[in-house]
Order: sequence, then structure tokens, then C-alpha cells
Amino acid sequence: MHSPEILLTAVLNGLMTGAIYALIALGLTLVYGVLHIINFAHGAILTAAMFAVYALHAAWGVDPYLALMPLTAGFFALGYGVQRYVIGPASHGDDGNILLVTLGLAIIIENALLAWFRSDTRSIDVPYAFASVEVGGLFLSLPRTIAVAVVVGVALLLWLFLARSRIGAAIRAVAKEKVGAQLCGIDVARVYAVTFGLGAACLAVAASLLMPTYLVNPRVGNAFVLVAFTIVVLGGMGSIPGALLGGLFIGVVESLSGLFLGESLGQIGIFLIFILVLLVRPTGLFGAKA
Amino acid sequence: MSRAWAYGSVLAAGMGLALLPLTTDSNVLLNFLVFMLIVAVAATGWNLLGGYGGQFSFGHAAFFGTGAYAMAILQERAGLNAWVALPAAIALGAAVGSAIGALAFRARLRGSYFALVTLAFAEVFRIVANVLPITGGAAGILIRLRLDPWQFQFADRRVFYWVALGVLVCCLLLVRAIERSRFGAWLVAVRENEDAARALGVDVLAVKVAAITLSAAMTAAAGCLYAQKFLYLDAAIAYGPWISVEALLAPVIGGAGTVFGPVLGALALLGLGELTKAWIGDLTGGSVPGVDLVLFGALLILCVAFAPRGIIGLLSRVRLGVRWARF
Amino acid sequence: MGALLTVADVTVRFGGLVAVDRASFAVAEGTITGLIGPNGAGKTTLFAVVSGFLVPQAGRVLFAGEDVTRKPVHVRARLGIARTFQIVQPFAGLSVRENIAVGAYLRRRDRDEALAEADRVARRVGLERLLDRPAAALTVAGRKRLELARALATRPRLLLLDEVLAGLNPSEIRDVLPLIRSIRDEGITILMVEHVMQAVMSLCERVHVLAQGRLIAEGLPAEIARDPRVVEAYLGHGAAARLAAGAVGHA
Repeated sequence: MHSPEILLTAVLNGLMTGAIYALIALGLTLVYGVLHIINFAHGAILTAAMFAVYALHAAWGVDPYLALMPLTAGFFALGYGVQRYVIGPASHGDDGNILLVTLGLAIIIENALLAWFRSDTRSIDVPYAFASVEVGGLFLSLPRTIAVAVVVGVALLLWLFLARSRIGAAIRAVAKEKVGAQLCGIDVARVYAVTFGLGAACLAVAASLLMPTYLVNPRVGNAFVLVAFTIVVLGGMGSIPGALLGGLFIGVVESLSGLFLGESLGQIGIFLIFILVLLVRPTGLFGAKA
Repeated sequence: MSRAWAYGSVLAAGMGLALLPLTTDSNVLLNFLVFMLIVAVAATGWNLLGGYGGQFSFGHAAFFGTGAYAMAILQERAGLNAWVALPAAIALGAAVGSAIGALAFRARLRGSYFALVTLAFAEVFRIVANVLPITGGAAGILIRLRLDPWQFQFADRRVFYWVALGVLVCCLLLVRAIERSRFGAWLVAVRENEDAARALGVDVLAVKVAAITLSAAMTAAAGCLYAQKFLYLDAAIAYGPWISVEALLAPVIGGAGTVFGPVLGALALLGLGELTKAWIGDLTGGSVPGVDLVLFGALLILCVAFAPRGIIGLLSRVRLGVRWARF
Repeated sequence: MGALLTVADVTVRFGGLVAVDRASFAVAEGTITGLIGPNGAGKTTLFAVVSGFLVPQAGRVLFAGEDVTRKPVHVRARLGIARTFQIVQPFAGLSVRENIAVGAYLRRRDRDEALAEADRVARRVGLERLLDRPAAALTVAGRKRLELARALATRPRLLLLDEVLAGLNPSEIRDVLPLIRSIRDEGITILMVEHVMQAVMSLCERVHVLAQGRLIAEGLPAEIARDPRVVEAYLGHGAAARLAAGAVGHA
């Protein structure tokens, strides 16, 4: 059996990883909630963002945390453009087509990265990678503590944006009643693009938070994307609180099952939860509308 | 379409393909053609469920890998003869398909949800196969080289090509027969509108489960061929996303819901892939991984945007009368 | 003649809303029976219960003496219950012939027979010139006929028609009425939900009136039209009295 300290550390580590998972899932669930599509390119966009962080550091020594702001803006624009000029027009509004188009995007992005950066695993060296802070007698990894703080901040900002801003109100209207929103003069195509942009922006933030401690290769997004799908399904498709809670939960499950089952089998815990939730309760444990 | 033309066209195409190896003794070309046939068989399986039934699986690797691993394990660990292992491996793949189908369709998973759950099953299989002793774990499993027709291994590469082609033609004939049967009509009806199909007496669940079972059997047969051709497997090959993606891309690009779509798609896809790789290789003086897949992804999006019925659809625009998904 | 269909004390709730409240009625074999009522009365819900798309919270549905309350839709179709959809549901990617053949396959396995039957049924409903058209290319009237043809191709004993006349113009309605009558004359029992009153009056032998989930009246079409409860259900409380007063005033 493991000692309580080890268990507690595992749970805390899980929560901290889970916060980043939650952010990735947040982008996915936001897109689902408004566009009612599952974005299969989500993982690939995350990989692209992680390589962007890597490249900025490798080329000009830009600190990942400094890269956060410009990358977030850049990926918002990228997401906006992809939805507006590729996914929207190419899929003719058919769900099956959207599925295929986002899959196509995922294949393109992932393999373009493979062609450019090759399959080597890369990481960046920052002096604070292994720094820790003491909180209440426990030593917590500094980058992960920063990550938790930023995720909380992003979630709050996003909530404020959706609740208070004009375009936020339009997004909520489209999510609830697309046709009605259209009749009220809301430009649905633009709302879709903005939402997709926000989803991509979440990924840029997540990438900046991940890179100080994680490594990146062209396939790394796959590992995250299924986790993110699991979280979103678990939390209820389209539910933002569901994504946040689900992210933390999955982080802990992964950390604990890694502790008990070993690294590679640890992932299975997540997939099994995923399959079970889909089969038993496709509306999610937190009961959002599917 | 008359019965003679329906089946005759498949047989004629098969004959035409059978002549190809007589025109060349290039091993590179033969290997490419065999690989193309294997992908075409897997894609024909996907097409039955996805093209005719409208259920898009993103995890056909689960069936491909099961067929491939069963072929290897039954020979190497259970000492079975390859020709005995073959039907057993196909049956096992079908059983996996029917189990996943029963679970997913009973839970009424459709569209993206079905795609997700099949993807997750394939990933679970991959992770498990990577650690189990029986599959050889991360080291993979080798099938002993025994160049003997009795062992389903042939000294002459062309013989393997003809065997693989035979499997493909059998699958195409089966799809054609389904297309012209009551089951085929019901399957297409389920794709078009489940509620309407139900009201006309179609047992939607039974039809979908039957479709995924047959679909998995064909894709498992492709896995068996792969195992016998390359005599080595690991989890990333057998259960890797590559085959899920290619089994889906070939029919969508060639023409989903048509008999020849997956074959045309596999030929176009892999052919273009090889050409691109060679061209980029010449350009950069080395091989660049992934460029072929970038092209595939772009083709997929272009097809969805401009050629919703794939190559067959484009051809039928030229020659009216060839229609999509008829029965 | 005996009842082919019996609905006994059927209740359907959606959350807190009671859509159908202890509804009971019977449809005699060989008749055309109408189910009418104002919008939101629960007619389509009741249809869904009879065809099997909804399982009621309480009550039973008997078909030819057999309890089918919990039988799935496709099993009921095999037993002989066919329905059309108020919002037409064609197999849009298929031709008219293929659409009808899906229904015909229910009673026969052979492809040539099913396609031949599709041609026969198409002639019967007047779609014979459109057999090779994609279903998506049909007009509203054409799609309504296609719904009818597909249902007929299953060789039903009971045909449920959910507003087959809605959206048709008067001349199209005039064309369809004899068709419905001739289907009945072949021995197929018909239960129809309809808003076009003139059609109900001319076709139905018996009419049931549903209002706010309850069956409030039944009888011959002429009786129903005079029933004050029915008038009130359609026009609001006190309407019958006002109408009667108006009639007296004119006299």
C-alpha cells in the first residue's frame, strides 16, 4: 500500500494536471455547446500551439509565459479563420461532413508538424522547471501552481465574457436557439467563428502552461484529445462547469491509476471511464443536455 | 442495373487487376499493390458500415488489429496452421465488431458519439496489446518465415498478390450482393432516416449490429493479410490510428456507399501518397515523413467540400446514369 | 364489426405536462376513423403511442386483440400497423421507387418482387411517372403521396394517417380523398389525424375529439360538428352559447 503522503501528493498532482486538462476540455465543450460539433482537430491544434511555444523559445528564447499573450491572440485568429473559411463552407451544414472536415484538419496539422519538426520529442529548458513553492507544508511544483492560477483566471474571464459582453450574449443566444438568434439579426457564422476562435485560444493558453514541464512531438495532441473528449463527455457535452469539474476528476483518476497500475495502463482507466459514460449515460454525469 | 452487369463488373475489374503482376516484376510495385489491396479490403469493410449504413467509425483499427493479432497468435502461440487461423481470426474480428456494435448501438450512440466510442475502443486495444505478454508487448510479435503455400506464405510475391486480390473480390461481391438484397435496402434506409425505417418495419438495431459485424469481419480479413504479408506486428501497427484513418479515407475519397469507391479511393490515395513522397524526396534530397498524409487530409476536406460522392460521383457527373447507393 | 384497435386509459406525461390524459377509444375494423382537436391537444402524441414511438406511462394499446403497448415500432409494423409522418420523412438520397421498396420489403424478401410491388403501389397513389426521381426532388404533395405509398407497401391492416392533407391546396385535396376512400374499400382500416374539417366530414365514419389531452366527444361527424363541447374546445369558453344565441337572433 502507498503511504498517505504519496497518495496526497498524487491527488494534488492530479488536480494540477487536471486543471490544464480542464482548460483543454473547456475549449472543446464551448465549441460543442454552440456549434454542436465535436472538433476532432482539437488535439492537433493543441500540438500546433505547443510547437509554437517551442519554436518561439528555440528561435528567440521567448519565455513560454511571455509567449502566452501573443499566441492566445494568434490562435484565436487562426481558429476564427479555420471555422469561417474552411469548416463552415466545406461542410455544407451537415454533421457527418463536419466530422470528416475536422478529422481532415487534424490529419493535415499533425502531419505538417511531423514533416516540419520530424517525430523527435522536444522540450524546452527553463530555469524554473523544477522550482517549487511551499504551501501549507507541502511543496508544489511552481509551473503547475502557476498553471492552476492561470486556468482559474481564464475560466473567470471566459465566464465574464460570456455573461457580460455583447458578443458573449450572442454566443449564448446561438447556443440556445440558433434559428431564433438568426431571426434576431445575429450573424450566426460570425458567432460560430468567434466560438471556434475562443476554443483555439484556450489551447494556446494550455500549451504555454504545459511547455515548461511537458515535452512535445507531433503526436502529443492525441494523448490529450481523448482525455479532453472523456472530460467533456463526463461533464456533459456543452457544459462549462462540467468541463472544469470533469478535468479535475480525470486528472486525479489518471494520477491515481498511474500510481496503482503503472504509466501505460494508467491511461486505460480514462478510456474505460470514457466508454462507460458514453454507453451508460451519454448526457454526462453532470447532466447537461446532449 | 441488371444482375449480370452488377456482378460481372466486379469480376471483370478483378480480372483486370489480376493481370497487373504479369506486366511487371518490380518488387517495389508489387509490394505497393499488395499494400493497396490490403487497405482496399479494410476500406470495403468500413464502407459497408459507414458508406451504406451511415455510421462513421473512427476506430476500425480495433477490427484490423484483432484479425492481425489473432492470425499471428494462433499460429505462433497455439500452433495452428495459417489456413485454419484465417477463418478463426476473421470470426474473432467479427465477434469484436458485433460486441462493440451491440454496446454502442444499444446505447443509441450516433454520429460523433459513435465515432468517439469506436476511437476509444481502438485505443484501449492498442494500449492493452502494448503490455500483454501474449501479443509480445511493446516488442511485438513475429510470424516465423516459412515460405510454403501450406503456411500461407509464398516464395513468389505475385501469388500473395493474387490471394489478396481474391479476398478483395470476395468482399466486393458480398457488398454487391448486400446492395441488391433486402438487408442492403434496410441498411441504406437506416442511413437516410432511422425513424422512417423503423415505421416501415425495419429493426434498426439488428440491422446496424449485422452491418458492423460484417464490416468488422472484412476489416479483420485485411488484418490477416497484413500479418501474413509482413510477418511482424506491434500495437502501433495493428491497432494504430493509421488504419482507422485509411479505411475511412479511401471510401470517402473514392465514393462512399458504392462498391468500387473504396478500391478507387485506396488506389488514388496510396498512389498519390507514393508519388508525393517521391517528389518531395527528390526536392529535398531525403524522405520527409507525413507529407502524404497532409495530402490525404487535404483531399478529404476537398472531397467533402466539392465532391460529396468522391471519385465515383465525379465520374457519374460525366456519365449520367451511374448513381450513388442504389439497391 | 369488432374493434381492430383499442386504446385503453392511455396517459402520457412529459415531465410535469400531461400530454394525453386517460384516453380511451376504439377503431372498428374496416372504417375510417378521425381524430380531431385543436393544436396541442395531444393527437400526434396519441399517434406515437399507437405506432410505438412512445410508451405511455399508463394504459394499454390492443391491436387485433393483442396487447402491443410495449412492442417496438418495427414489430408493430410487422403486425400490420403502418403510419405516415406529419412532417414528411423521405429517404432523401433514394429514388421514389427505392423509397417505396423499403416498405415493400417488409412482406417479401425478393428484390424483383419488392421493386415490382413498389411500381404497383406507386401507380395506385399516382406517383408512377416519378418513380426514378430522387425523393428529395418531390413537391410537398408528392412527398405526402410518397409517405402514403411507403406505408401502403407494407400491406398494413391499420393505416395511421398523420395530417396527410396538411399543406395541400384544395384541388390536391380533392384528388387524395377518393384515394383514401379506396384504400378503406380494400379492407384497410384507417385512423386519421386531420385539420381539414371538410375532409374529416366527408371521409370519416366515426370521429373522436381530443382537447387538452382528454377525449371530450365521439360520434358521427355530423353530431360532432354540432356538439357544444367540441365547439368550445376549438373556439373557447362560451362560444357555443354565443353561436346558439346568434342563431336564435337570426331566426
